[in-house]
Amino acid sequence: MGLTGGLTRRELVAAFLGAAVANASCRKERPRAQVPGALVDRAVETGHRLRPGSGTAPLPRAKEIQNVEVLIAGGGVAGLSAAWRLRGAGVKDLLLLELDEALGGTARSGKNAVSAFPWGAHYLPAPLQDRGPAAKLLHEMGAITGTRDDGTPEIAEQLLVCEPDERLFYRGAWYPGLYLRAGASADDLAQLHRFERRMVALSALRDGRGRKVFAVPLEEGSDDAEWTALDRISMAEWLEREGFTSPRLRWYVDYACRDDYGAPAERISAWAGLWYFCARRDGEKENAGFLTWPEGNGRLVRQLSSSLLPKQHRTNVLVHTLEPKDGGWLAHAWDAQKKAPLGFFARQVVFAGPRFVAGYVVAPWRTARPGFLDAFVYGPWAVANVTLNQLPLGRGYPICWDNVFYESRSLGYVVATHQREVATDVGPTVLTWYYPLDGADVRAERQRLLQADYNAWEALVMADLRAAHPGVDDLVTRIEVMRWGHAMIRPVPGFVWGGARTKAQASIGGSLHFAHSDLGGLALFEEANWHGVRAAEQVLAALGRSVSSWLG
Amino acid sequence: MNRSLLFLTVLVIATCGLVYELIAGTLASYLIGDSVTQFSTAIGVYLSALGLGAYLSRFIERAVARRFVEIELAVAFVGGISAPLLFLCFSFTGGFRVALYLVVIAIGTLVGLEIPLLLRILKDLVRFKDLVSQVLTFDYAGALVASLLFPLILVPKLGLVRTSLLFGLVNGAVGLWSTWLLRPALGEVQRLRLKAVGVCALLFVGFVMGERLTWFYEDQLYADDVVMAKSSPYQRIVVTRGRRGFSLFLNGHLQFASVDEYRYHEALVHPAMVYAPSHRHVLILGGGDGLAAREVLRYPDVETITLVDLDDAVTTLGTTWDELAEQNGHSLTNRKLKIVNTDAMQFLAEGDGKYDVVVVDFPDPNNFSLGKLYTTRFYRLLKRRLAPGGTVVIQSTSPLFARQTYWCVVQTLEAAGFWTRPYHALVPSFGEWGYVLAAPEPRSRVHPLPPGLRFLDDETLEGMTKFPPDMSRVPAEVNRLNNQVLVHYFEEEWRKWD
Ligand SMILES: Cc1cc2nc3c(=O)[nH]c(=O)nc-3n(C[C@H](O)[C@H](O)[C@H](O)COP(=O)(O)OP(=O)(O)OC[C@H]3O[C@@H](n4cnc5c(N)ncnc54)[C@H](O)[C@@H]3O)c2cc1C
Repeated sequence: MGLTGGLTRRELVAAFLGAAVANASCRKERPRAQVPGALVDRAVETGHRLRPGSGTAPLPRAKEIQNVEVLIAGGGVAGLSAAWRLRGAGVKDLLLLELDEALGGTARSGKNAVSAFPWGAHYLPAPLQDRGPAAKLLHEMGAITGTRDDGTPEIAEQLLVCEPDERLFYRGAWYPGLYLRAGASADDLAQLHRFERRMVALSALRDGRGRKVFAVPLEEGSDDAEWTALDRISMAEWLEREGFTSPRLRWYVDYACRDDYGAPAERISAWAGLWYFCARRDGEKENAGFLTWPEGNGRLVRQLSSSLLPKQHRTNVLVHTLEPKDGGWLAHAWDAQKKAPLGFFARQVVFAGPRFVAGYVVAPWRTARPGFLDAFVYGPWAVANVTLNQLPLGRGYPICWDNVFYESRSLGYVVATHQREVATDVGPTVLTWYYPLDGADVRAERQRLLQADYNAWEALVMADLRAAHPGVDDLVTRIEVMRWGHAMIRPVPGFVWGGARTKAQASIGGSLHFAHSDLGGLALFEEANWHGVRAAEQVLAALGRSVSSWLG
Repeated sequence: MNRSLLFLTVLVIATCGLVYELIAGTLASYLIGDSVTQFSTAIGVYLSALGLGAYLSRFIERAVARRFVEIELAVAFVGGISAPLLFLCFSFTGGFRVALYLVVIAIGTLVGLEIPLLLRILKDLVRFKDLVSQVLTFDYAGALVASLLFPLILVPKLGLVRTSLLFGLVNGAVGLWSTWLLRPALGEVQRLRLKAVGVCALLFVGFVMGERLTWFYEDQLYADDVVMAKSSPYQRIVVTRGRRGFSLFLNGHLQFASVDEYRYHEALVHPAMVYAPSHRHVLILGGGDGLAAREVLRYPDVETITLVDLDDAVTTLGTTWDELAEQNGHSLTNRKLKIVNTDAMQFLAEGDGKYDVVVVDFPDPNNFSLGKLYTTRFYRLLKRRLAPGGTVVIQSTSPLFARQTYWCVVQTLEAAGFWTRPYHALVPSFGEWGYVLAAPEPRSRVHPLPPGLRFLDDETLEGMTKFPPDMSRVPAEVNRLNNQVLVHYFEEEWRKWD
């Protein structure tokens, strides 16, 4: 049977996940019924709606225009953070429009009879310092419970990833941790040690002005050329240059880059790669760990959204055009549910979608497209939520929160029920499986993502799980797959400190402001949150409200 | 026809018959308990079934030799599978007694048929006087062989199940062999031999494969005989019986031994009960065997006991298995007690009732799931459920064998804001065992001990808080959900002893 592009099942698995998974898994596969499930994204449909000339007629415009003081387009973490900040300043005449059916963007979550689960972002590293908007939000949730001996914020125990946290599957057995220690040579371990010491040292670095070199958000860190030069080479080149040749160490760094940025070390800037290892620590001082919930960062989305009144946000609404008018902006939108146009006039607008969408939506940019937009590269991802009637069995170290396959191109899975306040590991569960399409040509990768239909993704997910969990075929009851066409900004070499980001942050006419994680260059909650609050404070300043900033 | 060889069959038949009888008797006393009554009832039934068989033999008129071989094969089969069958009945159905007596009657009747039939076969070959004396000699010799082999070699080496299968096999083999011995009297033998081979093959497969079944595995794993094994969704429950009583194991870990559990449970329950200003409402977490509840019920002013145990298979065992119900003084069916089969952590997190005394009696932290029940998070949840004056006690593994594990529990309770009073007691089955009395603020003793205790008195109660140098406090980290140090300590420390 041809699955995608005429590939056999085995060829498909080999192409997406690698030969090792294909060998281990297709051999064990017996004829079986397909697991019921579906693709849940609307990736193709939305894309067509936005891009004129892609076959569909231009969207009609509403005759009736509503007035609103502040309009926010986009209800991801950045848009919601902007709304949260504005609500914090008492702004009432505010409307947030989100094209998807739910708020949250790539931090959205879902829920079924077994558990809540993430559709994208699933954790937040604990802050290193008790200041800035993310820490403020955590206080609001009661997540920060005090200060630890080393001065870092203390986090409510039940919100930190429970032990056992991570394990790695290699050749038939599970091992603790994400660095493959089993079978490591003395040289491997020596390199690992040297690498770790190096990261500790780099994480403590300060520039001439006393700024941490690698800080969260990166806007607070150093922009000295001495360090930003690292942005021009790839992480793989940096490893090479520093004499880190151990294949296990390279695997580990590669995994880190793919997990956080969606591409391997050779396609990620060294600055971004080092940031990952150094931003959450300061010398020997480390943050308290990772915060996570069954629904992942959906919990943070809920907290941010709770600041909004029902009438202050609408979903299923696409903002397709923003036109300047009388010192404010005319926003044309499409209600996908009612299949009806909507029109708004707003004094202040925060556009909280990504740059590639802004290029279509901001009307002046359609005719004079700014060059900086082309520097933004987005990698595609697939995420599958897999429901099982029992935790899968495997050999070796017991099931963890994060479960990774050393020899697969996937990133493995996270167990949604891991953080439940129960002391048994019996019963049904949901696993969230992650797959970044990490090739250099992101357009081709997007095609690969969208060409693969449910049959193909089902085959891939099952092949990946079966390689490590014999018998898993009998446990899986449903699979749902989300294909994120432009899942996250990719910090390719030269992007983070290349200038495009800063240019793209500039407001237009003092009334259209931008917020999104891509403006930080790293797809992370803290960046999205920081830029959302930053944009909201620009709005507040333009409205003439004097407030003290939440950013510092 | 070779006469002396025929007498050898008598020996085998007699040996096998007695072995089956001993198996049934032993099983009955193991499984139902109360060994003397069970043993003698089983044997009494067996003897009368022998009589019934002898009586029935008169109705067999034709083809006596053929019937004899057939009966011998039937004995081989029923006797051979008797022990595994009865074990299965005990574990998976409620009708153990019925099954037991049916099996005993079947074997007894069949064996009872054999000797008269054999006498009739031999009567034309041997003088009557010699016949009777020789048959009876071999019969009694067989009984002697069986009664010596059984306790000395068979049960200790093979266990009951394999003994029964082995003797069925021997019995079947003799059946097959007698198709040659009695060839002239049999007529067509092909089909008879086929049956014999079938029975032997079946029992042989059982004997060989059996080793792979968990049952046999467990039979060899435990020092005493396994009298019951059950798998619940959460764990494997095994009860064994030895000379000094019975023991309960969960996932291979000893929970209690009936001989000395009173020490463990008196030490667990009474300090908290006499230190708590009030003990009207008591919560027991774990302890589904009902033994801690038994101790709690010694205080007449206790009004309610809430017993939270994950596994209803355990609480059902404590309610319906007579011997355990007797051991726990029928505490689980006491009207003051309510059983809640749920996860203890979930119970604490989701409910809001308050308790005066909480007895925390979980299995040792030998995996990450159990480890959660010993974290600061758990103890904080627990604190929220204490009434003013509330007092808790926690079973905390051995301060001798797992010293750092024990003190880690103390450290963790203190980190969660508890005042603690660590103590220990000697429970021979476990060794030196540790507990921690804890409360949100310091407590002192307010109540007298109840009458009728076998282990605790005032002096013992005071002495338990003294830790000799080899058990005294050692530094340990605080056990939290996100580090689970306790599981690591426990694993490391017990590894040295296993
Ligand atoms: C698979 C995956 C895993 C991730 N894991 C993590 C993680 O574990 N931790 C972490 O910190 N980060 C993670 N991230 C990164 C995550 O993207 C960020 O944390 C953050 O949620 C990004 O928020 P955002 O608001 O910048 O962007 P988005 O999530 O892209 O939000 C933009 C929103 O705007 C809407 N929108 C766009 N255009 C329009 C328009 N024209 N009209 C109306 N609405 C519009 C979109 O529908 C979307 O809801 C992950 C991302 C992915 C894809």
